[in-house]
Amino acid sequence: MSFEGEASLAEALPPKRRTAWRALRRDPMGMTGAVLVGTFVFLALLAPWIAPYDPAKIDVLNKFQSPDWNHLLGTDHLGRDLLSRIIWGARVALGIAITATGVAGAIGLILGLIAGFGPRWLDAILVLLFDSFSSLPMIMFALAIITVLGPGTQTLILVIVIISIPGYARLIRAQTLSLRMADYIQAERAIGASSARIILRHLLPNVVGPLVILLSMDIPVVIMLEAGLSYLGFGVKPPTPSWGNILYDGYTSLRAAPNMVIVAGAPLVLCTIGFTFLGEGLRDALDPKLKLRVRR
Amino acid sequence: MLAYAIKRILLAIVILIVVMLGMFTMVFVIPGDPASVALGPRATPELKALLIARMGLDQPLGAQIVHFFSSVLHGDLGIDVWSQRPVLDVILEVFPQTLLLGVVSLSWALVGGVALGCLAVVWRDTIADRVLGVLSVSMISVPSFVIALYSLLIFSVWLGWLPAIGAGEKGDFGSQFRALILPSFAIGITWVGYLARLVRASMLEVMSANHIRTARAFGLPEGRVIMRYALRIAIVPTIAIIAIGFGSILSSAVFVETVFSRPGIGTLITGAVEKRNYPVVMGTVLFMTAFYLLVVTSADLLIAKLDPRVRDVLRG
Amino acid sequence: MSVPLLAIRDLTVRYQSNDGAVEALRGVSMRAEAGEVVGIVGESGCGKSTLVAALIALLAANAEISAGTVELQGRDILRRTAAEKRALRGAEIAMVFQDSMTAFSPVLTLGTQLVDFQHNLPNLTRQDKLARAKTMLAKVGIADPALCLGRFPHQLSGGMRQRAAVAAALLMSPQVLVADEPTTALDVTMEAQILHLLRSLRAEINGTILIVTHHLGVIGELCDRVYVMYAGEVVEEATVDDLYHAPRHPYTRALIDCDPAHLATRTAVLPTIPGRPPSLVSPPKGCAFAPRCTLADAQCHSIRPPRVHISPSQAALCHKVAL
Repeated sequence: MSFEGEASLAEALPPKRRTAWRALRRDPMGMTGAVLVGTFVFLALLAPWIAPYDPAKIDVLNKFQSPDWNHLLGTDHLGRDLLSRIIWGARVALGIAITATGVAGAIGLILGLIAGFGPRWLDAILVLLFDSFSSLPMIMFALAIITVLGPGTQTLILVIVIISIPGYARLIRAQTLSLRMADYIQAERAIGASSARIILRHLLPNVVGPLVILLSMDIPVVIMLEAGLSYLGFGVKPPTPSWGNILYDGYTSLRAAPNMVIVAGAPLVLCTIGFTFLGEGLRDALDPKLKLRVRR
Repeated sequence: MLAYAIKRILLAIVILIVVMLGMFTMVFVIPGDPASVALGPRATPELKALLIARMGLDQPLGAQIVHFFSSVLHGDLGIDVWSQRPVLDVILEVFPQTLLLGVVSLSWALVGGVALGCLAVVWRDTIADRVLGVLSVSMISVPSFVIALYSLLIFSVWLGWLPAIGAGEKGDFGSQFRALILPSFAIGITWVGYLARLVRASMLEVMSANHIRTARAFGLPEGRVIMRYALRIAIVPTIAIIAIGFGSILSSAVFVETVFSRPGIGTLITGAVEKRNYPVVMGTVLFMTAFYLLVVTSADLLIAKLDPRVRDVLRG
Repeated sequence: MSVPLLAIRDLTVRYQSNDGAVEALRGVSMRAEAGEVVGIVGESGCGKSTLVAALIALLAANAEISAGTVELQGRDILRRTAAEKRALRGAEIAMVFQDSMTAFSPVLTLGTQLVDFQHNLPNLTRQDKLARAKTMLAKVGIADPALCLGRFPHQLSGGMRQRAAVAAALLMSPQVLVADEPTTALDVTMEAQILHLLRSLRAEINGTILIVTHHLGVIGELCDRVYVMYAGEVVEEATVDDLYHAPRHPYTRALIDCDPAHLATRTAVLPTIPGRPPSLVSPPKGCAFAPRCTLADAQCHSIRPPRVHISPSQAALCHKVAL
């Protein structure tokens, strides 16, 4: 229902030109996310320099230490410093997540473009493939590939890439299709613009926003998947620290040193929350359909 | 409605076939001969020969595919290398446990989610609503197995209230129930927030829609306006999400079962992966895919029944 | 003078918004008798929608009725209990909505909804109500009513839907029928059909019809008397003839002059009224139209204009009513 004041309200409001960044800055949730993400990226990048100990250094005499000044977060069942392991874990988690989603995004972009611009039969096949992939419970599929290829970091990345591709491909495809139908594109075609030009000038700018949002929403899922698979022993192989590995060590040592579980779970939780908040914030900021907020 | 139903079911079948083909080709993608892979490192030459003959691995590709499909359709998903029992039996033995866990978690999440969602609508734009919103978003992101671990720590190890392991004694409903609480909580809690937000958004959008205004303008009692006009529309996206979410719940179940050492598909498949028990892994994946497709297709049909606009849309 | 069927007296409605209080209606007075067709014309933002909402006592939650009444046969409908208001809607006062596509629920058949709208008739069975609905659909010119009843709104054409909306409003034989922009969402052909329909139904309807629109042509086709609204006020009221041939308020004059149908000479640029309606967050001190009026002077900008009665049937809110 359009109520009466709307026309005059529109005049009273500040001009609509508002960059996404400024919108994000005013959103406490988004900013919290950005801060968290920034912290973890920082930790990941500078791990070799800021981690106090070598994460693989075994010191059995000091096992299961509670947090103290030597070991800020304590040690694990092999005497390794937990803080260092967690910092390196951030490097592993983010490294894998960003690599995998980056590759998946790129391949998804290409496939989506093909599906959108290509002949209809190709599109139909690709859509069928995408739907089939989404029909598999993700984890089952991952486990199947791991059985065949054997566990390890490379398999893990491959699995994540394959699972993530349909999501990106679908998005790009949807954008491409709706763009094809758009009037102004038909107009451009009518004056002889090539597909390449259309892609570069119109599709990519339009697609960047949703793609970035999907990426930032996908990364926490990937981080969780990696942690989960490492927890089960199918992901990153020890002694390389992964938050999942550390959680598993904590689980087996639950009664002896419960703090391990707490300490390993926290960064995982914070990191995923950070990315999710950031993603939500970005989505709110980049959404062109920001509705007029009126106090009801 | 009927035309749509047929189309939908056919699509599900086609997808299942594609997945089966995919599973089948994986055997050929990997290095080494299929029999060794299928049987793993414990394979003796006799066992290998048996498998090759049984699975027809020495036959041409076309024949193998036919053989594969026909066996699956007969319910023969292969033989579990370790226990020498049919894979399907092994699966069906543990599946009910996982199903139970999934259903309980989902019910939990639904009740909590719908209640919180409706509350959020009533309280909209108040502080409580915003706090709820933040909490909901946070909960979606937290991995359920981490919650499982934390709750295990708090409620089993420290407080000793609830069991840490297993699914309870057979026949003892009480112990089974208690064993369900923590795992279903761990899985359900991540969904409560999501569902609450979804219900809230749907209800708000619907309540301000024009046809609600019309219904009110004709003096219809508010109760009927909400139940017949608003809820019927608002519930559609919820059903869709739940169906898809079921897959996510099953995935969570895999982890949560291992944390609590509950028998179920999760422990089955992780054990099988560890031992490279390929028939079991493949069989489980196929089984779960079929089940998931069943759930999603049923949900789609239910949605089409509730919202007739869906039926006329051809799949793009 | 007997009590008019519908009387709006001095209605003032305010909305609370993020930017302060918006005065959507400022002292609006109107009346309508049985057998009349009354038009309410004005541009977007003039207060039409608020007026319509007030008529069916369905104002938004953040609306505040600062003053005035809406009286049906002498009784104020705005200050009744919620149950009483609900009993009025659809039965005594019914609305034909502007956008028939979204007005009907997409998930229920037309028949179900039309039966629902007759909920005030508890003694009839569902079959009876369906039969009544069928008769009404035939009356509004729908060729196969039985088929329509079983359809969903999105399966009907725009013209049929709009006719169905009219039928829905007439189901309970209301005393006041409010048509909110009845032709705005339609193309020209359908517009002509609906106008024809409304004209032919005049004889059937015992009460009064209110047509709310921004389209002068529709007013000309259907109405007996017209109220012109601007910035939340009634700036002129007149019979249709007087409005077209002897408008007294500068705004009305400008509107008529700008109507493309009335252009005397060919022109490359369509005439418009320069400027925009004022913000209602802080209502202007003087005449609301003064900033855009060619006749305005200092008095117009600072003092609210009086209502000048030019004849028993015509009045204008202006300092400079040309006499």
